[in-house]
Amino acid sequence: MSEIIKVENIKRDFLVGSETVHAIRDISFYVTEGEFVTIMGASGSGKSTLLNILGCLDVPTQGDYYLSGVQVRKMGKNERAVLRNRKIGFVFQTYNLLPKTTALENVELPLLYNKTVNTAQRKEKSVQALHAVGLEDRMYHRSNQMSGGQQQRVAIARALVNDPVIILADEATGNLDTRTSFEILSVFQDLHKKGRTILFVTHNQEITQYGSRNIVLKDGKIIEDKVNHTISSAKDTLASLPVEED
Amino acid sequence: MNYKNLITIALRALFNNKMRAFLTMLGIIIGVTSVITMLAIGSGSKQSIRDEIGEMGSNMIMIQPGNGRFGGVRQSASDMQTLKMTDYESLLRGTNYLSKITPTVNSSGQAVYRANNTPTTIYGVNEQYSEIRGYSVDEGSMFTQTDIQKAAKVCVVGQTIVKNLFPDGENPLGKNIRFGKIPLKIIGILESKGYNSMGMDQDDILLAPYTTVQKRILAINYLQGITAAAISEEYSTQAIEEITEILQINHNIQIGQENDFNVRSQQEIMETMGSVMDMMTILLGCIAGISLLVGGIGIMNIMYVSVTERTREIGLRMSIGAKGIHILMQFLIEAVIISVTGGVLGVLLGVGASCLIPIIAGWPVSVQAYSIILSFLVCTLTGVFFGWYPAQKAARLNPIDAIRYE
Repeated sequence: MSEIIKVENIKRDFLVGSETVHAIRDISFYVTEGEFVTIMGASGSGKSTLLNILGCLDVPTQGDYYLSGVQVRKMGKNERAVLRNRKIGFVFQTYNLLPKTTALENVELPLLYNKTVNTAQRKEKSVQALHAVGLEDRMYHRSNQMSGGQQQRVAIARALVNDPVIILADEATGNLDTRTSFEILSVFQDLHKKGRTILFVTHNQEITQYGSRNIVLKDGKIIEDKVNHTISSAKDTLASLPVEED
Repeated sequence: MNYKNLITIALRALFNNKMRAFLTMLGIIIGVTSVITMLAIGSGSKQSIRDEIGEMGSNMIMIQPGNGRFGGVRQSASDMQTLKMTDYESLLRGTNYLSKITPTVNSSGQAVYRANNTPTTIYGVNEQYSEIRGYSVDEGSMFTQTDIQKAAKVCVVGQTIVKNLFPDGENPLGKNIRFGKIPLKIIGILESKGYNSMGMDQDDILLAPYTTVQKRILAINYLQGITAAAISEEYSTQAIEEITEILQINHNIQIGQENDFNVRSQQEIMETMGSVMDMMTILLGCIAGISLLVGGIGIMNIMYVSVTERTREIGLRMSIGAKGIHILMQFLIEAVIISVTGGVLGVLLGVGASCLIPIIAGWPVSVQAYSIILSFLVCTLTGVFFGWYPAQKAARLNPIDAIRYE
């Protein structure tokens, strides 16, 4: 299995007024292909800062970060933008879909910034991605005509469309009710089974049992990093939940 | 950078906000419409005045006495006696650039026929005058050289005089009217010419042989003016130079000395009127230009607000791979699409309004190709210029902050 993410002694400091805040203090780890890693930590533990660095939105103050073998720290803004476009799929807590835009157009978005993909390919890939998340019959529905769960599925399809080496999910179930959260989790588990590498940032401990590995952050440091040998099935959990009646 | 994709992105963004895009466009639409309409009204009026002056005879040249001083007191042109028959005769003989020439004398007075009378001006001219001024004889004929030699008591009248002296529809031809105490026989009636741009009734005219007016009415032997026509409009300047030269010799005027006559062409009057109208067109254009500027500021305002409103969208686009230049170009393309579409609609509305104005208000308009091109260019530039600042603001956003913007 090849290394998708390799983080070596990274630090990230912010200057707030005259004070330096150490958001990340000397973190090292790697993620190999096909892993479903959950990164857990309380508020202020450095989760978001780490995600920004892993997502190539930010660079570490010190240390090295390799994404799929490419050294990110010395890259310029534009190079990182291209890297994000080709290698990363983002899923956000608030879905971040374009309002009043169809599911298909939302999913097509990353490919519009990739000039090697033509119009026909763009549509084909987007339809496939929507298929993968079970929204093939909602392609022409606008984002505001869909439920939260459906919107998050569209966001996952958007993250898949460029065939990324890793999917970065930032509190992807944070805005959803329990049932929908497990629906979304089961989508992630399906993708994991198909060999996708997923990094799921959460503050919800319950979610860690659905990943293959769990990293716990505290005060900018990794305090726990262990493999989960007993992965629970989100589908089973969903089935065991009482059915809500309207 | 793939411009086709960027245009797709910008078009989708605009299409999703149709109302906002239309309201932004409205400023440009009104701006361009008013620029085109105002300039069309301006040049329409100019053209109409030019046409009317042209109708009076665009190649007409007027020679009038001037610079008369008696004891240091400057006299009015009509009192001056500097133009003589000899001047007319030498001009008749010695010029190459004049096709027609007539002496002119005139007098105001009352024309009377039986119980009817009307105040008018009698113009003493020769038979070429009607051609110089663009009059044509409708009924009867113009007086002849023989009439002039004999100072015949004949006249040709305009439609206003016919109307005032013969209100019952009697045929005026062959009738004797009186001008002052002098009886004149009507031998011709002029075709109607209507009012000119200065509001003068061109049909209130009584033409008689100049000799008749000189001898029988005014009892003078000098001329009050000479009216001529250049071979064509282009030769007006040469004709004026030639006339000036001949008259200077005739009047024995030395170099450096002031001429005792004035030579003016219709061309000059047209230019003067033209410059006045140009000023009006510029003024109208400025007013319209200001509305275009306000439209541009409208674009900037909406785009600026839109950048703040769409911060999360910009953050998302950047996080999925859009570079700063992509965001800049997207916003710029949106601004240009808004302004160009507004421009096209404005051109259509402007041309439409310009076509309706003559029907509704009866004003002359002339849509100028340059005003369409100019306003179209200006509105495209307006889009780029006023779209640039908000677009740059958008492109400089930090994706991390933008994506979490509340």
